[in-house]
Amino acid sequence: MNGSDHLTRTDTGALYRELSRSNLPPTGRWYAVAGLLLLVTLWGVGCFVYMMKTGMGVTGLNRPVMWGSLIASFVFWIGLSHSGTLISAILRITNATWRAPILRGAEAMTAFALMVGGLFPLIHIGRNWRFYYMIPYPNSRQLWPNLRSPLMWDAVAINTYLLGSLTFLYFGMIPDLAIARDHATGWRKKFYTVLALGFRGSHNEWRRYHVASTIFAILIIPVAVSVHSIVGWDFAMAKVPGWHSTIFAPYFVTGAIFSGLAGVVLVMAALRKVYRLENALTTVQFENLGKLLCTMSLLWGYFYFAEFLTVWYNRNPEEWEVYRSYGGHFLPLWLSMVVCNFVVPFPLLCMRRVRRSIPALCFVSFLVIVGMYAERFLIVVTSLARRNDPFIWHNYFPSWVEFSILAGALAMFLLLYTIFAKLFPIMAVSDIQERLFQATDRKIGEANVESIAMPHDTGKGGHG
Amino acid sequence: MNIKWAMAIDLDRCTGCGACVVACVAENNIPVVGEAEVEKGRLMQWLRVARYWEGEYPEAQAVYLPVPCMQCERAPCETVCPVYATYHNEDGLNAMVYNRCVGTRYCANNCPYSVRVFNWFDHEWEKPLDEQLSPDLTTRSRGVMEKCTFCIQRIRRAKETAAQEGREIRDGEVLPACVQTCPPAALLFGNLDDPHSEINRKLKDPRRFRLMEHLGTEPRVAYLKRQKGAGR
Repeated sequence: MNGSDHLTRTDTGALYRELSRSNLPPTGRWYAVAGLLLLVTLWGVGCFVYMMKTGMGVTGLNRPVMWGSLIASFVFWIGLSHSGTLISAILRITNATWRAPILRGAEAMTAFALMVGGLFPLIHIGRNWRFYYMIPYPNSRQLWPNLRSPLMWDAVAINTYLLGSLTFLYFGMIPDLAIARDHATGWRKKFYTVLALGFRGSHNEWRRYHVASTIFAILIIPVAVSVHSIVGWDFAMAKVPGWHSTIFAPYFVTGAIFSGLAGVVLVMAALRKVYRLENALTTVQFENLGKLLCTMSLLWGYFYFAEFLTVWYNRNPEEWEVYRSYGGHFLPLWLSMVVCNFVVPFPLLCMRRVRRSIPALCFVSFLVIVGMYAERFLIVVTSLARRNDPFIWHNYFPSWVEFSILAGALAMFLLLYTIFAKLFPIMAVSDIQERLFQATDRKIGEANVESIAMPHDTGKGGHG
Repeated sequence: MNIKWAMAIDLDRCTGCGACVVACVAENNIPVVGEAEVEKGRLMQWLRVARYWEGEYPEAQAVYLPVPCMQCERAPCETVCPVYATYHNEDGLNAMVYNRCVGTRYCANNCPYSVRVFNWFDHEWEKPLDEQLSPDLTTRSRGVMEKCTFCIQRIRRAKETAAQEGREIRDGEVLPACVQTCPPAALLFGNLDDPHSEINRKLKDPRRFRLMEHLGTEPRVAYLKRQKGAGR
């Protein structure tokens, strides 16, 4: 099967070796990239410490814009994390087998995006060194956090989601860690032996694994939906024109999945290129992601239209002033949001040619990332900048300190991902194998085509 | 007697002189941040005199609107604070605990009147300006929120004096710095629960209205202004 254009079906060892190229000993280039990412991360951390020591005044924030780029980034990163849940949980329940090669990468993205996103509220608060006041710990004054505050709902929801998705990531990885243990040598052997928890692949183990992963998948969906609903309610609960809207919870969840899918496309394309995973990550995966992205773009457009229309028609002066600033000071942001989220992606993604071309899909995904960031920024900032009292209206632009922290956060995410890919099986080998067992080669003319015949006649489905 | 502090601001009397703001700054150890920071929207004053224009030039007329903390009965800032740094005290005032504040700034976002100010930096009073600091209250460190307290230190002192003398607080005994200073006496402060207080009499005035009443925050600050035009 050497040099073939699809994956080995029968030899687990060969399959593992092809899919675990990311685990090969690090090269000089790897160190260079990781070193660079580490430098940028440290620069971001340094700027954070500087901000903590000097005061929040080093940002561009003011009254009335008390929340800015840091909160926009918080929403953005938590949004990115929603892809993993969609792909591993929802697609698992709907039995979409094409997801196998992307599920590990998406789940890892969930975990790391949450880690990075969860840092932002802590970075952004005025007295970071007193963050533990928000933790319910026993203290002599018997003071407890205020559970009426949406920020507390947030803290609870995000911690639950982070723990849940880390468990989900690790649990799903156990069979792959076992394969890795069986084929690795040296320190990796010991490393995987400990992590695989003695998984032998017996019938009983598999049965339990499947039951448990189905339960996990069902449980994590409401958690994911609630997390971004609550992030939306951080805004919607407030008496701020432009924030106080019933549509925010579903709108935020939709936006989260939308940006998350775009993130998955970019990450998968990078993995495919760097670790030569062309056989595993085929156009099938990218086309399906493209279809999902198209659906989400349409949904996002619908939600935005519904929100805009009601305010535009109603012309309630408080809300209308916020919307009017979209055509004024914030026009560049508003245009990038609408163009990058809907006007360009939707028609492009309707074309099969675009969905099947990885560079084109990456371009669209990049646009969506830009557009969704603009959307988060627009929601957070404009509503505050045009508060009820025109006398205090003020615009906002982030300072170099904020830009440094944002860059540091991106570098930290990429660094975590790079290290993860080096240490752990980034491809879900056992899930891919499961899918391959169902496949056979069909000869159509001159070409060998992989085909998955569903065993309808036996009445038994695959492991799905 | 229960206490429900309230303020009335007569806009027909206000001349926009800003003496109330100066008095407030002097009384409450409010830092002066300088022109550059003010331009960035980082003014620390607890009381602002917003100026609006009525009518078109040349008939334009300035309307001055002093905006202190409204001490809302249903204060939106209180529910959103994750650590109870802002709460309702026994007098119905919306109080602020600087030591407890972690600086999420959610309270400021949720205040429709935008009267809360944030300490963007640590502030310094150069010698000999530090001599002017009032010993009755603290200066605030960077990263905490602050706002108008109705001069709570004066309220406390009056209560203590009254308690020592074994009597109730008299009407007009407590005067926040802004009320005490106002040259045209546009500001009035008193106890709503005292049926004979001057503020109760003043609030029967038909010119009475409250800021953004439709939001249901039930502010304790009322304004008085003669309305012009048809149907008034």
